[in-house]
Amino acid sequence: MSEISEEQVAHLANLARIELTGDEIARLTGELDQIVDSIAKVQEVATPEVVATSHPIPLSNVYRPDVVGETLTAEQALQNAPEQADGRFKVSAILGEEQ
Amino acid sequence: MGDITRLSAAALADKLSSGEVSAVEATQAHLDRIAAVDGGLNAFLHVSDHALDVAKSIDERRSAGERLGPLAGVPLAIKDVLVTTDMPSTSGSRILEGYMSPFDATVVARSRAAGLVPLGKTNMDEFAMGSSTEHSAYGPTRNPWDLERIPGGSGGGSAAAVAAFEVPLALGSDTGGSIRQPAHVTGTVGVKPTYGAVSRYGAIALASSLDQVGPVSRTVLDAGLLQDVIQGHDPFDSTSLTDAWPSMADAARDGARGDVLKGLRVGVVREFTGDGFQPGVKSRFDEALAVLAQNGAEIVEVQAPHFEYAVAAYYLILPAEASSNLAKYDSVRFGMRVTPPGGGTVEQVMAATREAGLGPEVKRRIILGTYALSAGYYDAYYGSAQKVRTLIQQDFANAFERADVLVSPSAPTTAFRFGEKLDDPMAMYLNDVTTIPANLAGVPGISVPVGLAPDDGLPVGIQFMAPAREDARLYRVGAALEALLERQWGGPLLSQAPTLEGAN
Repeated sequence: MSEISEEQVAHLANLARIELTGDEIARLTGELDQIVDSIAKVQEVATPEVVATSHPIPLSNVYRPDVVGETLTAEQALQNAPEQADGRFKVSAILGEEQ
Repeated sequence: MGDITRLSAAALADKLSSGEVSAVEATQAHLDRIAAVDGGLNAFLHVSDHALDVAKSIDERRSAGERLGPLAGVPLAIKDVLVTTDMPSTSGSRILEGYMSPFDATVVARSRAAGLVPLGKTNMDEFAMGSSTEHSAYGPTRNPWDLERIPGGSGGGSAAAVAAFEVPLALGSDTGGSIRQPAHVTGTVGVKPTYGAVSRYGAIALASSLDQVGPVSRTVLDAGLLQDVIQGHDPFDSTSLTDAWPSMADAARDGARGDVLKGLRVGVVREFTGDGFQPGVKSRFDEALAVLAQNGAEIVEVQAPHFEYAVAAYYLILPAEASSNLAKYDSVRFGMRVTPPGGGTVEQVMAATREAGLGPEVKRRIILGTYALSAGYYDAYYGSAQKVRTLIQQDFANAFERADVLVSPSAPTTAFRFGEKLDDPMAMYLNDVTTIPANLAGVPGISVPVGLAPDDGLPVGIQFMAPAREDARLYRVGAALEALLERQWGGPLLSQAPTLEGAN
């Protein structure tokens, strides 16, 4: 068995910025334990001499000419914004009261 | 004139170009079919309110003497993972409800330029994570063959729409089987092209090194006609290949004559013939192999010893890439924003938004991916999975020395019932055991119907895989088998599907 604890899942959820409920954390802890047990088998064949592949068909030096292309207008970029002001995205407060 | 919705895209295209049918008539017929049956199917998340205007403009251009592409006037459904300027794009998620893209995905832009008429956006598992559409935030799509069963996933909406004659062609995306497995369970055709053959620009990213956009249709030729429209280099996608591609429709026409099978070496992947495959799937698969052999193909067994590690590697690589791709749903620039009671900092707003806007499977994979990428686990999990990817590519290279195409059943079972695998994530993940290796290696794959399983009367597909860049070979071989089987059956498999009249 892998050893995933509820504390660990709560920490991961915090890193991933998802406010999971206590029930979700409990359920996910059990599920992740089972999933990680199954997928840990990759270690059986991933010996040191095997090189890693990150991309199915490797390409290198994909460049485009350094010229201005078609871009979105500010209006288009803002069209789905949950909140906007003065032609900009309006963000929730960055700092809390105690900071 | 008969029922326009029963025509293949190729046959409809002929009638459109001869003037026997207008684009407006074709569009109206399919909109009527959607109105009649989609209440029961839920294949569409959104139906266009201006498809008839688009069709009218095609008719006007044609009557003005303009030379139009072969599919001009043919209706098209678009998987909701592809962004469109004129219809919402949600990727099946609540967090993107109502999202209107300021630009079209390249495949959508090319389809519009070719004169295809977009009818709507199709349902899918949220962010393409799933094999049943049960993970869509907007309710599951039902399988036209049996409304109590899943249509496959993630692209169950596109496959069901095509199978139910709501539309002759659809666009899909395939990260681990999301085009091919729905094709298998709905008796339709689905192609995952070579990685990089079709642009991913405007495809809402799941796992960028695995995602590939491709055609969904009822015939191999129709899929080829659509791939001809969407394939080719796109400077907006830096993983797009610069190859000059042959016509896949020509390859399908060529293949339908059958000569291609003479001397063709067909490699049966030994790892995909054992336990875990439903007897009815296995028997139809074996019969299809016999048909290939009777027509001159040489059946050889090939070994791919690392394919058994593919699902494990996939469920490390995909969550790792997804957890980072989905970080953009942060309540700032687009999508849902949920502010906790009494307000909060941007981090608290972000966490509350993602809690409310993302479904259980998406959360599961984001947490799994975050785990696989964390310090202390990275080498053991993500690093190992990338090595398995190398081993699987080597298995493919070895197998293709002995065989021109590889074959397997497209999925281990026929369509299962809703709820059957929902509470067992690993059981759900194993649906894609046969389709995942192609995504890990970037090679193309096609699923073609081979009949109904004798044990439950539901559709079964065969998957062909070819070396990277050999998509045309799949169209040739797929069309050859399709022609032989349809001769045996006396018509297409879908003519045996329920008519769905009164399904609403």
